[in-house]
Amino acid sequence: MEPAIRVRGLRKTYAGSPAVDGVDLEVGRGEVFALLGPNGAGKTTTVEILEGFRKRDSGEVSVLGADPATHPPRDRVGIVLQGTGEFDELTVGEVVRHFARYYSRPDDPVAVIERVGLKDKAKARTHTLSGGQKRRLDVALGIVGRPELLFLDEPTTGFDPEARREFWQLIRDLQTGGTTIVLTTHYLEEAEALADRVGVIARGRLIAVDTPAQLGDRESARATVSWRTREGVLESERTATPTQFVSELARQFDGEVPALTVTRPTLEDVYLEMIGVAP
Amino acid sequence: MISLGYHQGLLEAKQFLRSREQVVFTLAFPAILITVFGSIFKGDIGAGVGFTQYFVTGMIGTGLMTAGFQSLAIQIPAERDRGVLKRFLGTPMPRWVYFAGKVIMVGFIAVLETVILLTVATLFFGLELPSTGDKWLTFLWVSVLGITACTLCGVAFSSVARTGRSAPAVVTPVALVLQFISGVFFVFTSLPGWMQTVAGFFPLKWLCQGLRSVFLPESFGAQEPGGSFDLPRVAIVLGVWCVVALLLCLTTFKWTTKRDG
Repeated sequence: MEPAIRVRGLRKTYAGSPAVDGVDLEVGRGEVFALLGPNGAGKTTTVEILEGFRKRDSGEVSVLGADPATHPPRDRVGIVLQGTGEFDELTVGEVVRHFARYYSRPDDPVAVIERVGLKDKAKARTHTLSGGQKRRLDVALGIVGRPELLFLDEPTTGFDPEARREFWQLIRDLQTGGTTIVLTTHYLEEAEALADRVGVIARGRLIAVDTPAQLGDRESARATVSWRTREGVLESERTATPTQFVSELARQFDGEVPALTVTRPTLEDVYLEMIGVAP
Repeated sequence: MISLGYHQGLLEAKQFLRSREQVVFTLAFPAILITVFGSIFKGDIGAGVGFTQYFVTGMIGTGLMTAGFQSLAIQIPAERDRGVLKRFLGTPMPRWVYFAGKVIMVGFIAVLETVILLTVATLFFGLELPSTGDKWLTFLWVSVLGITACTLCGVAFSSVARTGRSAPAVVTPVALVLQFISGVFFVFTSLPGWMQTVAGFFPLKWLCQGLRSVFLPESFGAQEPGGSFDLPRVAIVLGVWCVVALLLCLTTFKWTTKRDG
């Protein structure tokens, strides 16, 4: 089966300066792909070209086998934009039911509302919803058409930790149902929790694509070993051979090493290094 | 397919009806105007025809223009700013459905406010309603053609304002000046000749002229600038505006803001 998204040599220039400068990308069916990158790196431009909101200057783009610039497969794609859509005077149920009409094989609006956790709010006017609940409504509108591919643009910005966990569960449920998901986010732990693969965009280029665990050779990178000395001072050492180092420490202490930790660089450390900000 | 347009209209009408202050001010506006005018000008403009009979045509015209042109040219940029249009664009909704929804909402408002206006004017200011079926028919087609032209112009003009915030500043003077030069607030023929000429390029003047043919006696046609109510030309000018505005809507309508690309 062809991939959900296939991009070759994508370029887009604004007023002479390249926003996207030769991006190649492939996202498989059923995959959760997270796109990371600082603001202005070309992340939003890339996603909006895939969504069919912007035209590209050059390159090949195929989304579910169609060219989004000319024939965006709207009926099979769900888009959850950043803070959009205000239907203040309508109820959650009215909005979801209305959007369901646009699609050729929509899901049951009642089931969708329940799925995003707004069952109790189905009869509430949307202006009475909290920020997190509005975001859930956004997602409900994105999935009511039963999309094969779902775009989520910074879906959990402004969420409290509990709301974020609940939201993640919703995304995992969608993935289990076979939906391909492309997600942009500023939260590294979100990418790590949800994504099968992450791509890092910087200065208009996709500089790395890998699983969250392996991005930037995290698994083989130098580890930091820290422990408390007999004098009670916290000591740490970066080493390429942490196992050997720890066993030497264990010999020195003749048993348990006080306050021992061994850490690899976090996804955030690796990411910051990649985009040129020293961790 | 058609039902989608109907449901879009229902959605728009629901949103309108649920914002209470908007409902009150929009629907009562022409009735308030006729109350002001009817209270100031108590005499008649000749041949036993009251001022109300003349000005009610301007009030209907201005009500239709406010509902069609002014409100849409202000509302659409605000929706564009809030990302409502972008959200619609991201769904398989055929684009005409959005416009159909607006047309239905405007039509709904136009009918309601005109009925309120005619009721108030008849009950309190001695308005005489058209007496023949012919005149009601003329009333119907002039209104429908006029509101269509205004609505399409409103949609087309919505792309002029770049932000929702600037829209009222861009739209209001246009609407206000048109009202002054098109014979809404003054007897049209009392305006300077050059002003009449300028007004002749825009739909409001023709809409009001068509309405005068309905509410004034036949003999008043002689006082029009062209020597008659000239209904064929009313139809042609309004029709041309519909076509031109529709072409502008189809070619220049902006779904996203500059910021969005």
